[in-house]
Amino acid sequence: MSLETSAWESAAAAWTHRHLLGLEELTADEITLILDTAESLKDATGGCRQKLPILAGKTMANLFFENSTRTRISFSLAARRLGADTIDFAASGSSLSKGETCIDTAKNIEAMGVDVMVVRHRTPGTPHLLADNLDCAVINAGDGPHEHPTQGLLDLLTIRQQRGSIAGLTVALVGDIQFSRTARSNIWGLKKLGAHVILCGPATLVSPRWRELGVEVSHNLDEVLPRCDVLNLLRIQFERQTTRPFPSVREYALLYAMNRERIARAKDDILILAPGPINRGVEVTPEVADGPHSVILEQVSNGLAVRMAVLWLICKRLEM
Amino acid sequence: MTSILIENGRVIDPSQSIDRVTSVLIVDGKIAGFDVARQAHHEVIDATGKIVTPGLIDMHVHLREPGREEDETIATGTAAAIAGGFTSIVCMPNTEPPIDTQGTVEFIQHQAALAGNCHVYVVACVSKDREGKELAEIGQLVQAGAVGFSDDGAPVHNAELMRRAFEYAQMFDRPILNHAEVPELTTGGVMHEGLVSMILGLPGMPSAAEDVMVGRDLELAATTGGRIHVMHISTEGAIDIVRRGKRRGVRVTTEVCPHHFVLTDEALRSFDSNFKMSPPLRAENDRAACVEGLKDGTIDCIVTDHAPHAAEKKMQELDRAPFGIVGLETALPLVITHLIEPGHLDWSQAIAKMTINPARILGLDRGTLRAGAPADVTIIDPGYEWTVEREQMRSKSKNSPFQGWRVRGRADVTIVDGQVKYRAGVENLALAGR
Repeated sequence: MSLETSAWESAAAAWTHRHLLGLEELTADEITLILDTAESLKDATGGCRQKLPILAGKTMANLFFENSTRTRISFSLAARRLGADTIDFAASGSSLSKGETCIDTAKNIEAMGVDVMVVRHRTPGTPHLLADNLDCAVINAGDGPHEHPTQGLLDLLTIRQQRGSIAGLTVALVGDIQFSRTARSNIWGLKKLGAHVILCGPATLVSPRWRELGVEVSHNLDEVLPRCDVLNLLRIQFERQTTRPFPSVREYALLYAMNRERIARAKDDILILAPGPINRGVEVTPEVADGPHSVILEQVSNGLAVRMAVLWLICKRLEM
Repeated sequence: MTSILIENGRVIDPSQSIDRVTSVLIVDGKIAGFDVARQAHHEVIDATGKIVTPGLIDMHVHLREPGREEDETIATGTAAAIAGGFTSIVCMPNTEPPIDTQGTVEFIQHQAALAGNCHVYVVACVSKDREGKELAEIGQLVQAGAVGFSDDGAPVHNAELMRRAFEYAQMFDRPILNHAEVPELTTGGVMHEGLVSMILGLPGMPSAAEDVMVGRDLELAATTGGRIHVMHISTEGAIDIVRRGKRRGVRVTTEVCPHHFVLTDEALRSFDSNFKMSPPLRAENDRAACVEGLKDGTIDCIVTDHAPHAAEKKMQELDRAPFGIVGLETALPLVITHLIEPGHLDWSQAIAKMTINPARILGLDRGTLRAGAPADVTIIDPGYEWTVEREQMRSKSKNSPFQGWRVRGRADVTIVDGQVKYRAGVENLALAGR
């Protein structure tokens, strides 16, 4: 057994959760454990490019009741890199359209010998509902605006890689906080690891009530920008909104888009993150998205490492 | 002649300000008197250590029949009622079809008589087909026996229609019961809008949606002289509006459900749809305001809003699961455990809110142990400790959020029109009358 393998085994021994449903319920140590495991796996697989078949014989099912590109592919690839088999399910064209409930759909897929179910759903709590009704482990791959824990973890890993530590950093989440699952997972993760978090966006999307979680709330990006070490630019979730929370996209971009002028007023080493997909010209202009401060593609790479780590920890827990 | 003598019980009848240990005699289905010595022909019920009250009345129940018999039937709903100590229940008109004709009222009365468990009174629709457009035939519905009018399940949204309902129903001295909610503020809402909904990412239903509608209804009642009964009140703001309305002489009454004075929106952190109801579980300040409103008399009645839903409907994603929980079999123990035992209400105050107060609001000749009144009696075992088990419920649906809760107190004997309809621990008695 190599030194690295020994490190993964001891990480798995320290992991106590059957499911990964959100970052709210994890401790700082547990989050750090995942990040450390992800870095270690990334190193061992040449940046996640080579196979390391340590989960051979396991089966992971992607249960995506809502559209996704990068998360679904990322989970599939992560499982394959570790030697696990994968099953893909998409809601469109499935028995759901024949009236089958999501629990029955999941139970049928589980009955095919699934160890881990990766679930995305538009309704908060649906992964929790499935976790309560299935024997296999459940990983939340995004439940409505509630949580997207692996996105939160990959954001943390990216920041930590770039800055060495999360503690003491000022991180602003900009945009559609109300409808963003990435925002919630980021808030829990960043707070637990010691960052100062600023939520910035229009008042209709950023309630002052968020302050009750110990974060700063601002509606003025230009005011908070000079203090920020990291900006995470969240997409406007038009598909979740029942009423338009601001007068026009043009006005939103004027007030909140990260552009050339704003980057010039930011700290020299500011990091620009975006969970994607990005709306170029709305939250971020192309020269910023593709510029030297942007770590958007590193986030995608780290997503693979984080998901490998989570699958490893959870599958090993199932054996205990 | 049949006679039942209930001996040695603590008789609490708020309608007559009675609270003492005595005996109650029932003859031929009527209350015959107190302080009666036992005679050979009496059937005797020993109520030593028990509390003897007028039969409990729940003025807010959904029986689902006609139309949704997979959730509940009049037979199963009334069986649950007597097991909970209720001798009279009032059913809401959001059935399929809705209760907006004499024929539907009579159907319910007929089914209730066939079930033979407890009295069932009917609140009929304010508007035809519950569409909120035209007044239902209120006069004819009164003739059929409707005791009040409501489009419950939904508010009477149109202010003009509400004004006309107040004016028209006054001719028959019937109240309008409104589900207070401004729909534009709650569209898509799953739970109370607050810190918890924000954290969970669930669409919220703000308190203002209830407060605004209660304010509107009180102004319309004041303008017309009509009687408004605010259903299942749940917010601090609405309770305060009712409190101020009563002070200035508006003809307003209100009711609260046990889940609103026991639970808060924190319960939704479990994502369990058995905590999803409308109005939603509110914040702690709202819960406390419900208790305060009960204490100071702002809130007149305790009701269940018994809303059964079959398991397959509740076992869905939270936004697809329907609103509502069952409550008939847990209301009394929750009142005892969470209002009486902590000292918020004394027994007489609590019993008044479950007997004479709803009877007065709806003009029912019940809720009292006065001599000559129908002998509806509930004998309560106040110290009996038990655990709520969904499997034990008589309601057809088991969607209770109180599964596994330890509670104190239960209905020991339920007597309807002088007939023992339920005895705790005797399984088949509730079914005998069907």
